[in-house]
This record gives sequence, structure tokens and C-alpha cells, in this order.
Amino acid sequence: MKHFFRDLCRSKAGLFGAVLLAIIVLLALFAPLLHLPDPTRGDLRARLAGPTWSGLFSPGAHPLGTDEVGRDILSRLIHGSRMTLMVASTAVVLGGIVGTFLGILAGYKGGLVDRILMRLVDIQLAIPLMLLALLVVAALGPSITNVVLVLALTSWIRYARIIRAQVLSLREREFVQSARAIGASTLRIMFLHILPNVLTPALVVGTLELARVIIMDAALSFLGLGVQPPTPSWGRMLADGRVYLSSAWWTVTFPGLAIVLTVLSVNLFGDWLRDYFDPKTRSAK
Amino acid sequence: MTGFILRRLGESLLAVWGVVTIVFFVTRVLGDPAALLLPIGASPADIAQLRSQLGLDQPLIVQYGQFLLHAVQGDFGMSFQHSRPAMQVVLERLPATALLAFTAIAFGLIIGGIAGSVAALKRGRAIELVVMAVALLGQATPVFWLGIMLILFFGVNMGWLPTGGYGSWQNLVLPAFTLAVFVSASIARLLRSSMLEILKEDYIRTAKAKGLLRSTVFFWHVARNALIPVVTMTAILTGELLGGSVVTETVFSWPGIGRLIIQAIEAKDFPVIQAGITLIATIFVLINFLVDLLYGILDPRIRARR
Repeated sequence: MKHFFRDLCRSKAGLFGAVLLAIIVLLALFAPLLHLPDPTRGDLRARLAGPTWSGLFSPGAHPLGTDEVGRDILSRLIHGSRMTLMVASTAVVLGGIVGTFLGILAGYKGGLVDRILMRLVDIQLAIPLMLLALLVVAALGPSITNVVLVLALTSWIRYARIIRAQVLSLREREFVQSARAIGASTLRIMFLHILPNVLTPALVVGTLELARVIIMDAALSFLGLGVQPPTPSWGRMLADGRVYLSSAWWTVTFPGLAIVLTVLSVNLFGDWLRDYFDPKTRSAK
Repeated sequence: MTGFILRRLGESLLAVWGVVTIVFFVTRVLGDPAALLLPIGASPADIAQLRSQLGLDQPLIVQYGQFLLHAVQGDFGMSFQHSRPAMQVVLERLPATALLAFTAIAFGLIIGGIAGSVAALKRGRAIELVVMAVALLGQATPVFWLGIMLILFFGVNMGWLPTGGYGSWQNLVLPAFTLAVFVSASIARLLRSSMLEILKEDYIRTAKAKGLLRSTVFFWHVARNALIPVVTMTAILTGELLGGSVVTETVFSWPGIGRLIIQAIEAKDFPVIQAGITLIATIFVLINFLVDLLYGILDPRIRARR
């Protein structure tokens, strides 16, 4: 653990990503304690008010402006981050569990199981993920659970492919061979001997997937198929603000910046994490 | 090689069949087309009549068989919205999507190729840092937001370019640039790391040591080998973009396949959804099939292994 932090502090990009991500997560966690204006209650006298920095700490201040019904954008961004982070991380963990399990199964068992699973991956890869997500959300209806399920569905294949490749080489290692020789069951080998060895790559895939899933979640909300109002979501704020593009630039600029900063921080941290666990690529970075 | 081609062809066909099957069953969950087609307040008898007309009263497995039989011939039925064959409606949108996709890929490859090469060759200089920082930002920016920001700046504030629509080259600039940013960011990062790997190889040192021109070493030894992963990435990106850059097309009111399918999903126009997704998946699978063949030409090691 000590080595982990020492290495992180040495990488400027990784440290920047980690700190930024920590700030975003902390803001999301402690949003209710921040005394922000109610993100769902508007003030019609302050519709589309521009960002003002004077009197920042007075009750009526809107440092990032307000939207078309006078709701404070900063407050909506911070409250929106709770939903985005929760939906995205649940989806990535869910996809990770399914993908890792299937990857181990395909890699270790080989043969027919492997061939069927890899063909399934091929089939799913042939549909653009966005269209698949749209179709499934449209079929099931836009609810938080369905959005999480759809995002997990687009995520499992990436884990499965990478884990499978890892398992193919692990399978031939001596400790697996000897476990098999002393008669350990397939399940025991898969979970006790192979699983601990693929957790690290799964973690790396998961971090990089998180960035992709955050963008996709925003895109779904942008198209009106994500989390439904009045719950604030970044994609929805963008879509609503588009109407007032010519008169109120802040309604679309800040939600977008929030997405960019979050994704950037996750990517920077994820890139560093990958290099940390795989010194081979470190030289190429 | 023939065995390999045949096996890949079989896999490709299997993938398309899988997509068609998934799309068929998912669209069935979307709702009852008969109830949607008739005006509100239609009598149950009318609905029943239309259901039997559309074959919806048959067992699901029979419907699926019928669907497959027609799909093979490119017949997905009539579009509910447009009252014309669904495949025809989709194919009409293909040129717009293809124009946008290929323009974006072309610009993305040029920008990303130059940026990635410069970053790899000028390792450790300030220019590498700048290129990589911009590429990282480009990858973190959702295309729909970038599109809106470009509209805001070049369309609304400056008034230089149209904010959306289709027809002239001015309409193409902003959506193509939006997608090209995304493409070039991915290409630049991939090309750089792939080049850095190759620059370390012994044969590059040999080539330099025997006094070859720097440009010869770069184009003949470095670039050719570094391009292999870029080809894969380009194929994937082309597939994604041809699949309708759903959100970009929506932001710029670009009349492509992606926007058509979104509208069809909203209107529950099943034949168009099915025809559109099948067409996209077929194009995607075909591109990947061709790329696999291309590998054999680019990389003799792969040819030998097979």
C-alpha cells in the first residue's frame, strides 16, 4: 500500500486524476451537508440567471447561473453527480462480475463453452453499443434499474475478453496443474486459484470502463432515456439547456465540463493504475 | 488461407444471424404494433383483424421463422411511419451517414496520424506533452457536448457555419469535425504507444546503423509496423460511425441512419428498427471480415501462422 501511494505521487498525471476524482466523489457523497439550494425547486424570478460571483456565500447566489425554471446549476451538478457515479459504478461492478466469471469459465473450460461465449461476444460487438442500449432501454422503459442493467450489458464483454486471455495462460501454470493433479474440483480451481490472479486486470478494465460508461449514461439521459426528471442528471441538463443555447450559454457549458472533468480524472487514474500493475507498458508511456 | 477465409465467413454470418435474432425478440417486447397502428378507441375486433393481417396471432416461433425467411431477402416489411418498405427507408439514409462517417474517419486519421507520430518521435519534448494532453481531453469529451459547444461558438456566436441540417459542405463541417476529434484522439494515443514499442526493436537500430535515410526508416520500418493496431482501431471506429453516430446526428439534425433509428424507436416503427440495425450490423461484420483479410497482407507473421 505504501508503495502504491509513493508510485502514485511520482506520476503527475495519475496523481492529478486521483485527486480530482477524490474531490468529485467527496462532493457527491457529502452533497446533502453542503447547504446547497434545492436542486429540484426552481425560483421563477431567477430564470436563466447568468453566473454571478458577487456575494458568493449569500443565500440567493448562483455561481454557475440557473436553468430555465430558475434552479441553481451548481447544486444540480453536484446532486447529479451522485446519480451518475452511482449508476455508472453499479453498472461497471455488475458487468465486471458477470464478465469476469464468464471470462474465467471460457478460458478455463475451453472447448464448446469457450466457443459459444466468444461467438456471443462477436454478436454483441456487431451492434453498436449505443443502439443496443437505446433499444433495450426503449423496450424495458427508462428507470434507474434498467439503465444500470443496460450499461452493465454493454460492459461485460470487455472484461470477458481480457480475463479469458489471462486465464488461457494461467491455466497452464504449475500451481493450477498441481491443483488439478491433487484432484481439486473445477469450481475450486476457478474460484480459489484463478480468480485471485485475475482480480488486478479486472480492476484495471473496470476503471477504464467507468469512464466509458459515464459518457454513455450521459448520452442516454441526453436522449431522454436515462434517469427521469425531476432527479437531476448531467445529460438531461445538457438536453434541456440546448433550447436556450443562444441566450444562456451556461446551461450547457457547465454540465458538459462536469462530464469532461469526471471522465478525464477516471481515465488519468485508470491509465496510471494499468501501468502500475503492468510495468511492461510503463516504459512505453 | 482458404480455410481461414471460410471459417471467418462462417463466423461473420453467425454474428449477423445472432443480431437479427436479438433484434427480433427485443422489438417484440417494445409493444403490440397492432395497437399502435390503429387510432385510439379502435374496437377489439379491428385490432384482432389487423393482428392476423400482420401475422401477429401466430405462435412466436412461427413469426420468427417468417421474419428470418423475409430478412434473408432484405424484406423487413413496411415502415409504419413512412408506408414504404423499411429497408428502402433505411437505405435512403445510408449516403448521409456514410458521408459523415468517412469524412470524420479521414480527417481523424490524418490529424491523429500526424499527432501520434510527432508525439512518438519527439519523445520527452514539450510537443509530446501538449499532443497527449489534447488527446486525453478529446477522449474525455462527450461528442454531443463538443457538438453543442461548436454550434454555440461557430454557429450562434460567430455565425460562420450552419447549426444543423444537410445539403452543402458547410453543413458537413461541424458534425464531421466533432467526430474527427474523437477519432483522432483515439488514433493518436494508440499510434504513439504502438510506435514507441517498435522504435525499441532491434531491427530499427539495425536499420539506423546501416545508414538508411531517416525517412526510409520511418516510413518503411516504423510506420508500416505501427499501423497494424491502428487498422483494427480504424475498423472498429468506422463500424461505430457507420452505425450512426446516433447522438451527433441528433445534435446536428443530420438525416442519417442513427437519427432514423432513434426516431423509429420513439415511434415504435419496428420494421425500420429491425432493418436499420440489421443493415448496420452487416456492414460492421463485413468491415471486420475485410480487415482480418487485410492483416494477412500487412503482417506476414499472421499469414504464416495460419
